[in-house]
Amino acid sequence: MTLIEVKDLHKSFGSLEVLRGINCNIDEKEVVVVIGPSGSGKSTFLRCLNLLEVPTRGEVIIDGTSLTDSRTNINAVRQEVGMVFQRFNLFPHKTVLENITLAPIKVRHLPETEAEKLARELLARVGLSDKAGAYPEQLSGGQQQRVAIARALAMRPKIMLFDEPTSALDPEMVGEVLAVMKDLARDGMTMVVVTHEMGFAREVGDRVLFMDEGLILEEGTPAQLFNNCQNPRTRAFLSKIL
Amino acid sequence: MGLVIQSLPYLLLGAVQTLKITLVAVSLGCILGLVAGMGRLSRRRLTSFLATCYVDFFRGTPLLVQIFIVYYGFPQLLDEGQKFLMASLGMPQLLQTTHIPVFVAATLATSLNSGAYVAEIFRAGIQSIERGQVEAARSLGMTEGQTMRYIVLPQAFKRVIPPLGNEFIAMLKDTSLLSVIGYVELTRQGQLISGATFKPLQIYFGVALIYLIMTFTISRLVDYLERRLKTGDLDRS
Ligand SMILES: Nc1ncnc2c1ncn2[C@@H]1O[C@H](COP(=O)(O)OP(=O)(O)O)[C@@H](O)[C@H]1O
Ligand SMILES: [Mg+2]
Repeated sequence: MTLIEVKDLHKSFGSLEVLRGINCNIDEKEVVVVIGPSGSGKSTFLRCLNLLEVPTRGEVIIDGTSLTDSRTNINAVRQEVGMVFQRFNLFPHKTVLENITLAPIKVRHLPETEAEKLARELLARVGLSDKAGAYPEQLSGGQQQRVAIARALAMRPKIMLFDEPTSALDPEMVGEVLAVMKDLARDGMTMVVVTHEMGFAREVGDRVLFMDEGLILEEGTPAQLFNNCQNPRTRAFLSKIL
Repeated sequence: MGLVIQSLPYLLLGAVQTLKITLVAVSLGCILGLVAGMGRLSRRRLTSFLATCYVDFFRGTPLLVQIFIVYYGFPQLLDEGQKFLMASLGMPQLLQTTHIPVFVAATLATSLNSGAYVAEIFRAGIQSIERGQVEAARSLGMTEGQTMRYIVLPQAFKRVIPPLGNEFIAMLKDTSLLSVIGYVELTRQGQLISGATFKPLQIYFGVALIYLIMTFTISRLVDYLERRLKTGDLDRS
């Protein structure tokens, strides 16, 4: 079943055209990895999927709901689409537990005890049960990113978006975050992941999209793309990072 | 020296009035400032225009003139307004407004003035919160209002404490201007005593010393509060 439909998506910032006609369908439980040079529009593409950026033209349909339709309640759609940012963006004035329970309580109207129970389950899942009472600044980057993943999961989203989740991390912490993401993928979460971690793409990616200058230039299974890509631009990019 | 000590109870009485009017001005100023500060950030053009007019007027004109406008100008406005209203209803004027109480005028002028400065403090505080915070909250499905209330404002409040402390200190000194409309605060009290004793040097020096003690204490208090807040535990929203 198709969960995300993107049709002829365009996005401009002023006169700068960042996305120039993206088309792609993403199925339920699919893990799609987006790669491409810096500035090619990967983040912008991802942010159009939960309307952090408003498309200039084209359509994004999430689970049957068109985001670009003015009647759509965008806050309702966002509850179904979790996002993990490069810079974590945890709420510094709240404890780890409060970071995770805030949205379920205020947005989903979950009773506090239930939200807390859920949060503790998720913390166990990302291996941070002992950090519930800590403040974000007391955690390492890898720990903060795992909390950010738990925070997004607490809304029970249907889709998870990851924008270079390990790029801001020290190398020794990349593994712990990727492990959580792999676990999530195995569990059947629909994921769109912008990353330079090719090992991750190979291992859990169902499909890899190569973006350049606002377009998807090539796509395929990780094996197809990494071992036998057709486009010279893809080859040039891969030769630089592999 | 003996004279200063003799007049100390009277000066302290004035100091209490100074603190009182400053507290009232900055408290009301905080409410006005929050509204005007968020108004300036509003995407609605008219809202942000009106808020900007308010802030620019009260920051761009002397407090002394604002006090005169309120104390001498408002009664005239009320009086002529009523005359006009009654005339257009075809009725005689009921009562003549010749003055408003000093305390009311003092409160009004200083609060309006403080609100303009606090608005800029809040606006800067809100804008200093990283975009990522808002994006994270919105991506979780929070509305704009929830994001403001639970994410932006609590963090902004911590950051505005030092500038709010400065505003309090500035206003504490500026309330001395209220002496010109006869509001009996510290400076006015000093004027009265100095007039009765013919010892302006000692009396005004005493007055200055009391201001200094108040501003110094408050500035230390703000420093302490700031340090407490930095550790994050005074938060519990
Ligand atoms: N809010 C914005 N305003 C103006 N330009 C932007 C904005 N966001 C991104 N851009 C520009 O769009 C281009 C693509 O950015 P981005 O989607 O972040 O690329 P990537 O994630 O692939 O590195 C870049 O040239 C960037 O400078
Ligand atoms: Mg990016």
